[in-house]
Amino acid sequence: MTETALEARHLFKVFGRNPNQAVRRLKAGESRTDTLDAGTAAVIDASFTVNRGEIFVIMGLSGSGKSTIIRMLNGLHDITDGSVVINGDEIAGVPASRLRQIRRENVSMVFQHFALLPHRTVADNVAYPLELKGVPKADRLAKANEVIAMVGLDGWGDKLPSQLSGGMQQRVGIARALAADTEILLMDEAFSALDPLIRREMQEQLVELQEKLQKTIVFITHDLNEAMFLGDRIAVMRDGRIVQIGTPEDILTDPANDYVEQFVQDVDRARVLTAANVMERPRPVVADTAGPRTALRQMRDAYMSAAYVTGRDRKLLGMVTDRDAVKLVRKGETSLKSILKPVPQSVPEDEVLMNLFVPAVESQLPLAVVDAEGRLTGVIPRVTLLAALGPGPNSTEEITLPLPPVSHAEIAAVLGEAADAVAPAATTGDAARVVERAEGETKRAERARDEAEPQTEGEVR
Amino acid sequence: MDGFRIPIGEWVAAAVAWVKDNLEGVLDFISFIVKFLVNGLTDVLLSTPIVVLIIIAALIAWAVRSIWMAVGTAVSFALILSMGLWVAAMQTLSLVVVAALIAVVIAIPLGIWSARNATVRTIMKPILDFMQTMPAFVYLIPAIVFFSIGVVPGLVATVIFALPPGVRMTELGIRGVDSETVEAGHAFGATPGQILRGIQLPLAMPTIMAGVNQVIMLSLSMAVIAGMAGADGLGKLVVQAISTVNIGKGVEAGLGVVLLAVFLDRVTAALGTPNEHTSSLLGMMARRRGAQQAGKADAAAEAERAVASPHRAPIGGGAA
Repeated sequence: MTETALEARHLFKVFGRNPNQAVRRLKAGESRTDTLDAGTAAVIDASFTVNRGEIFVIMGLSGSGKSTIIRMLNGLHDITDGSVVINGDEIAGVPASRLRQIRRENVSMVFQHFALLPHRTVADNVAYPLELKGVPKADRLAKANEVIAMVGLDGWGDKLPSQLSGGMQQRVGIARALAADTEILLMDEAFSALDPLIRREMQEQLVELQEKLQKTIVFITHDLNEAMFLGDRIAVMRDGRIVQIGTPEDILTDPANDYVEQFVQDVDRARVLTAANVMERPRPVVADTAGPRTALRQMRDAYMSAAYVTGRDRKLLGMVTDRDAVKLVRKGETSLKSILKPVPQSVPEDEVLMNLFVPAVESQLPLAVVDAEGRLTGVIPRVTLLAALGPGPNSTEEITLPLPPVSHAEIAAVLGEAADAVAPAATTGDAARVVERAEGETKRAERARDEAEPQTEGEVR
Repeated sequence: MDGFRIPIGEWVAAAVAWVKDNLEGVLDFISFIVKFLVNGLTDVLLSTPIVVLIIIAALIAWAVRSIWMAVGTAVSFALILSMGLWVAAMQTLSLVVVAALIAVVIAIPLGIWSARNATVRTIMKPILDFMQTMPAFVYLIPAIVFFSIGVVPGLVATVIFALPPGVRMTELGIRGVDSETVEAGHAFGATPGQILRGIQLPLAMPTIMAGVNQVIMLSLSMAVIAGMAGADGLGKLVVQAISTVNIGKGVEAGLGVVLLAVFLDRVTAALGTPNEHTSSLLGMMARRRGAQQAGKADAAAEAERAVASPHRAPIGGGAA
């Protein structure tokens, strides 16, 4: 067994009337636009090797030829010129039956839009590659159930794909590829169609699975963060050519040319990272069916003076403040409807950080992030926004909440004593003001206690 | 230009005469098969007690659509019976069923072929256009030359006329299957045959069934015209009514055709979209099976969200 699982040498793919002529001219040094009359060059002179057990990410914007390359690796697209060697077997120009055999035994694939068979159950979908291999029914279903459990879909085997959420459907897609039990896994934008939070979870799960299974994975993505998170090595593509291959650190610290530099490093983080990259789980959040008591409890637990209210499907309906909720509890009302206020600021998921600062300042709560359907998908506290701008790998992760402030009453009490102690040293006016403020705080604390008491009684009742 | 004329009509007539003279064995064989099928089916329909037949038709309607459709079917068939059109209606029904069956058997493979092969598609398209736009009566002339008067020329003309939508919809359905799903089949090493049977045909089925529905409806409209060639049935009655300017007879026969058409259309349309008819017998059975599954699916979607973002899931749960 060699170290290299897959090798691509000088791959060319040209769509159009005269592909061979186009390749000849491209090799002679003509540019992609010069050869347009002979055909559209999707992949130009791409060479790379993928080592056994690594995740090799091919990253590029749409139209850069990454999806074409991955389809050449298992022969879904003919290879115009060059060669692909999988485990020592040449792919280019082999007969269809041999190609099918290689696909059944060596290379499986996960698709962007899952590509499950809608008329088959999850278990039958997962067993599909084994069915094509001619494995007897009982054996392949046993294997399918084993893999289904591995991706965390235990007990879902007899459902249809349409009964599953997007994230779960893609787990079925991954399970299907794993069931084929091939050495090499091709993943074509596998997580691009998923919600950001689900996507992050799937990425983590893939890394976990990879630690266990040690497959050789070729992963296509247009998402810089995904490439950096998953890739052992990354190939950056532009206009059909591979412009740099290296580890994530190489690419970040030593970009091969202006394009890569612009892509990964020189770019202002505030202009690259989006709200979805840095957002945290939304909280405090109450359902519109919940009462003011629940709302108050959520706010108290989150140390917030207001909370977001969501309807069915997590749609963001508005917000409620603790003061209004307290009044409601006093009145004995159970519906939040009457005190629902519109949310002053919410931002879409794909908004870059640059445009979040002003809304974040103006927002009373951590900034609400909503998706295209108006569902609350996350929140961005101001500290998170600040931390995201800093360098370092942890900047997009969740940040521990700061310690809750000591209660006003306690501070007032301490300050009251301290004020007496320092009064002689300070000027009289200063000391008087301190005392004044301390008294004010005490009063406010007392008021707060009064307000809180009926609620406590209510809970006991 | 005077005197200049391309004698296309003569050429076709000569070709028809040549076929008639040289391929008599083939024509006789077709004639025998068609007569056997149509007459056989007519005999079966007519020898079955009328009540049993009406009940069977109503049950079919209930199975694929709803109890109301079953009631409507029974009423329609009773109406046909009360107009004294039962025998003619059954003759037309067997002509339509056999013609549609033959058309579908020819159309679906042709549709599959042209979906998979660009050359075939290019050749097939003008032929299908020709078949659909040529006035339907014209088919009757060579058909009568080949098979003489009776049910056979009517059926042959019907099949030719009803074929195109079957081919077109099959091709459309197969080419409309999500390309990524077909690609998945290739990527896991399925042969073209396995992809056709396991992926393309099942996913194209609703479109193909819409095509079959069209084939049946066209067959029915043509079956009336077939009455002119001497095929027994409602068509013949309509033709007789026209020649004797008998309004009452014409309307009754026409109504019989409409009632048959509505029944056949609703049944075949429902077959193509089984999920839309939840109050049908089959639908109710499917729902009972799926009842527990649906509940679980919702719970799972919620559970997944909970895994992805634990703070979001237990909203409102704190009040309990």
